[in-house]
Amino acid sequence: MYSEKFTESIKAVEAAREANIAYEPARMTAKEKEDLLAAYHPDYRKDQFTNLVIGPNKGEKVPHELAEMLQAGSRIKAEDVDLTSPDYDVDVLVIGGGGAGSSAAIEAHEAGAKVMIVTKLRIGDANTMMAEGGIQAADKPNDSPAIHFLDAFGGGHFAAKRELLSKLVCDAPEAIQWLNELGVEFDKAADGTMITTHGGGTSRKRMHAAKDYSGAEIMRTLRDEVLNRGIPVVDFTSAIEIILDDKGNAAGAVLMNMETGDLLVAKAKCVIIATGGAGRMHYQGFPTSNHYGATADGLVLGYRVGAKLLYADTLQYHPTGAAFPEQIFGALVTEKVRSLGAKLVNRDGKVFMHPLETRDVAAASIIRECSDRGEGVDTGNGEAVWLDTPMIEKIGGEGTIEKRIPAMMRMFGKYGIDIRKEPILVYPTLHYQNGGLDISADCMTTNVENLFVAGEAVGGIHGRNRLMGNSLLDIIVFGRSAGKSAAAKAKDVEVGALTLGHIAKFEAERAAAGITGDEVSPKLLPDYTHHRSES
Amino acid sequence: MEAMVNVFLFGKQYRVPEELTIMRAMEYAGYKLVRGCGCRNGFCGACATIYRIKGDRELKVCLACQTKVEEGMYVATLPFFPLVKEVYNIEEVKPTEQVMMQLYPEIYACVGCNACTKACTQGLNVMQYIAYAQRGEYEKCAEESFDCVMCGVCSSRCPAGISHPQVAMLARRLNGKYLAPKTEHLEDRVREIKDGTFNELIEALMQKSVEEMKELYNTREIEK
Repeated sequence: MYSEKFTESIKAVEAAREANIAYEPARMTAKEKEDLLAAYHPDYRKDQFTNLVIGPNKGEKVPHELAEMLQAGSRIKAEDVDLTSPDYDVDVLVIGGGGAGSSAAIEAHEAGAKVMIVTKLRIGDANTMMAEGGIQAADKPNDSPAIHFLDAFGGGHFAAKRELLSKLVCDAPEAIQWLNELGVEFDKAADGTMITTHGGGTSRKRMHAAKDYSGAEIMRTLRDEVLNRGIPVVDFTSAIEIILDDKGNAAGAVLMNMETGDLLVAKAKCVIIATGGAGRMHYQGFPTSNHYGATADGLVLGYRVGAKLLYADTLQYHPTGAAFPEQIFGALVTEKVRSLGAKLVNRDGKVFMHPLETRDVAAASIIRECSDRGEGVDTGNGEAVWLDTPMIEKIGGEGTIEKRIPAMMRMFGKYGIDIRKEPILVYPTLHYQNGGLDISADCMTTNVENLFVAGEAVGGIHGRNRLMGNSLLDIIVFGRSAGKSAAAKAKDVEVGALTLGHIAKFEAERAAAGITGDEVSPKLLPDYTHHRSES
Repeated sequence: MEAMVNVFLFGKQYRVPEELTIMRAMEYAGYKLVRGCGCRNGFCGACATIYRIKGDRELKVCLACQTKVEEGMYVATLPFFPLVKEVYNIEEVKPTEQVMMQLYPEIYACVGCNACTKACTQGLNVMQYIAYAQRGEYEKCAEESFDCVMCGVCSSRCPAGISHPQVAMLARRLNGKYLAPKTEHLEDRVREIKDGTFNELIEALMQKSVEEMKELYNTREIEK
């Protein structure tokens, strides 16, 4: 149900469909990819970055919006908080109620630790819930963890920390097994064989899925398990400062009730930051596929107590965000649409790239098509290209879309677009924070003792770009690992006197560097309020 | 000038652009959301909403992030609903009819009014999946309920006090863990990794120079 202005272009797409299905576009060479990224990928736009002037990554570049939050003042002063009578006293404090935080809490609980989750919205309000396409694991006979390693390492531009990546790929099959034994459903054939597909940049079909609700299915099961175990979940409560002890080790967090503003103190032997991503920072003005609370809080919390960041200058723009209609602008159109056979097509019906290049390359290629090449479709809200979804029904047979990607069919169906019969318009959307806090293989930060990190807040697992399906995987692998490591570590921790001395120290650094703004962080939530209505 | 419509947020009138979703309209009017807003993309169920169009007798339901405003729309969001979530040990329960009788006996008090199905923001056949749960047909219940976002509107309309999303959650876990076929290749691979089958291969990759890795990557064979 597109308006008339799209008719001509849709006709071109339809006319070329049969030929486009048969056509196998060449993959780009390493050189072609490099040149394309340098010219069109948002990470390469120098004017969008600035160098940090204080903190452990001083001198390194990050997006303007992130620099502002990393170098902003605290929401509190030390004297606002009484640290002598904590409201909570636990072995392991998990900050964040997404897939990584929930996995960590379950494993810490399994190991006998007293664990609690604090989350600024509800448990499950997380990017995990919105992951659609699937989760990678090299569990087929023609595949191996080594091949998975090579795919991810190359896809991430050879920048991943190898000890983290090898853990990711080697623990992957067990992660799938763990989820399955918790009752997570996977798409399987009648004999139990996993139905797997390609993702961009994979050399084997190792994408496991639960239709296109893969993350939702994982998240709701993990949430159910957390509740079954009676793990305390303090919701609508954010962490706004890490508390250290007099030895300089992480020892808890200052919490803020999101509705009343009340401050609380949680004391802990170990702290796990599992706060997720940063899409709601809207870097470079991009729309985002992320949930409402994705504001890089964990990076800010860690940075202020001295934890180092790795690759905080690299973001992932998912090539296929919805570009039309406006109501779903920026929403994720899962890569699985391309895994199932849909190709990217320009205004004239021409296939302009292999549909399963890595995400950074695909995003840059779409941006080139819509800018210098002038082959984009004008949506009324910017340019876009077609993703020719009806190809899926022709390749996989009628009913494939309803069975394999029902969420996509529903999302567009609500606006009168039947993706079985009509192509959809897409443009890159801010999707994933490649960088984050620097950790070792046990998930502890490299320079703040007893501070652990898991999930999207970690930097270095994927390098400078991430393959589809490796994030759902990393939240499980590193979430579980962080929970186990923190529970084990907590047994030997004697917490010293609690202090918020780092706040004044950071404030002094700000002053010395001439930072005068009154911005505070972490951001917690974006502000979309207009106050413009007439009544 | 963009076309405007009149909406009534919790009964109070605002004029907002007609192309906005209900969620965006609330923000346009000046609400800073904390409750009732999660993924903003139709997956998390945080923004369950009940509405009525002026002059229409029928109550409608939707997700606020997925639905456009309309002229004369009276909106009440339902950011929380007290569902019953029973606690169980997934390792100890069995996929038999008895487990539902023990944990969620109220499902057998279903009066067949179908209000749940009419109230589903995802358009699911909720009463049907409850019927499957009553009969212990967990595979069917899991399939029928699969797209549930657990927003809870169904339960808010149920005269029998059933917590449909939690019933379905249990059914899906029983199906995923006990009823769906086992995956032999997964079990084999986990065992191989534990046995150290791939250690040498991985260790070799850990040692190679970036140049060697580039060569391997750029010439790797890609499965069709």
